[in-house]
Amino acid sequence: MTRRMAATVYLLASTFSASWTPGIAEATQAQQVVKISARRYEFQPTNITLRKGSTTVLRLTTEDRVHGFNIPAMNVRADIVPGKVTEVTLLPQKQGDFEFFCDIFCGSGHEDMRGKITVVE
Amino acid sequence: MTIEVERREFLKLIGVAGVVFVSSLTGNPGFSLSQSKGGQDFFFVQLSDTHWGFEGAQINPDAKGTLIKAVKEVNGLRQRPDLIVFTGDLTQTTDDTNVRKARMREFKQIVDELDTKLVYFMPGEHDASLDNGETYRDYFGETHYTFDHKGVHFIAIDNVSDPTGSIGEAQLAWLQSELAKRKPDDNIVVLTHRPLFDLYPQWDWATKDGQKALDLLMPYKNVTVFYGHIHQENHHMTGHIAHHSAKSLMVPLPAPGSMPKRQPIPWSSSEPYKGMGFRNVHSEFERNKFDMTEYPVNEEATI
Repeated sequence: MTRRMAATVYLLASTFSASWTPGIAEATQAQQVVKISARRYEFQPTNITLRKGSTTVLRLTTEDRVHGFNIPAMNVRADIVPGKVTEVTLLPQKQGDFEFFCDIFCGSGHEDMRGKITVVE
Repeated sequence: MTIEVERREFLKLIGVAGVVFVSSLTGNPGFSLSQSKGGQDFFFVQLSDTHWGFEGAQINPDAKGTLIKAVKEVNGLRQRPDLIVFTGDLTQTTDDTNVRKARMREFKQIVDELDTKLVYFMPGEHDASLDNGETYRDYFGETHYTFDHKGVHFIAIDNVSDPTGSIGEAQLAWLQSELAKRKPDDNIVVLTHRPLFDLYPQWDWATKDGQKALDLLMPYKNVTVFYGHIHQENHHMTGHIAHHSAKSLMVPLPAPGSMPKRQPIPWSSSEPYKGMGFRNVHSEFERNKFDMTEYPVNEEATI
């Protein structure tokens, strides 16, 4: 896609793969693709479950304005810009819950614009 | 932590829980070359996160009265402040520019009642992030600036007009040029809204390029940062630089990472205004020291 902005982040210490993942659009043996849509003041889906040790591409879009996507525990962040697809590639190696949130102030509900990635075996 | 021990000991000694006194040294205690530069002791008050326009009875049923009470209390301080600083989030955010203007106008009318002449403002993300500080500047002036008072050099850093929560390269260059005019042992107070260090990035309690500002400040021996944003007291050291956050005058928030979500602490009818307050800071020039006394808001608005 010519309009796609690829913001690919390879993580050495953390990783993902889907066991049950809402919003999966495509999946191959090599990697899963999870679509995440942002709008004031939510991400959809909000909760994402991935499997440890598998590569996942998060495909981020926004329905309204610029938002941020930040997973501090994985040292991952990206801008989500209107009209573009931002891709973040993850390779989780650690089980657990990892919060993500919008880190570009977007209005009165900004503080509630967050979600959770759960990594399972 | 030393500060916590001092607070407990102080409360034990005076037998009240209303006013909290905290002592903090900046840089090297004891003699400093800056003693010879003719500074004087003084008090300044820090108020923060007033969020004028906030609505939420479960969090603060006195949303229209808390700031007014705080203003009365500040005016009643026995130890009169030379100046007052507001460290951001003066107003609650809104998409409607006219509402934002109205809130800023109302806020100004209320704080005009402060009987201290020198009052300095800075924006929080609620004031400035949606329009890059444009409306804020119309009402309160520049978002980053410096001033001097009785031997202390104050630097206000804006880390909110950029909605990403960054200072930005242009302002960092300005900071560098400002600091180049200072001597290594000058007394420097930094005012800012967000923490300059990574207090708790999971709750966005950080400044993306805050470390760059801290790197610029590190060569200076006597630096203290007063900030807001996190709606509670927090005392932290990065190297020799002390960081002190202030309580909110609208919405208390939980300690960093103490709860799964960063949700406001509900109002307690048995402890009204709990977690809300302001501080009076005694700047002791010769000792490069700041003594902080915390004041809660109370129904009677008395000190």
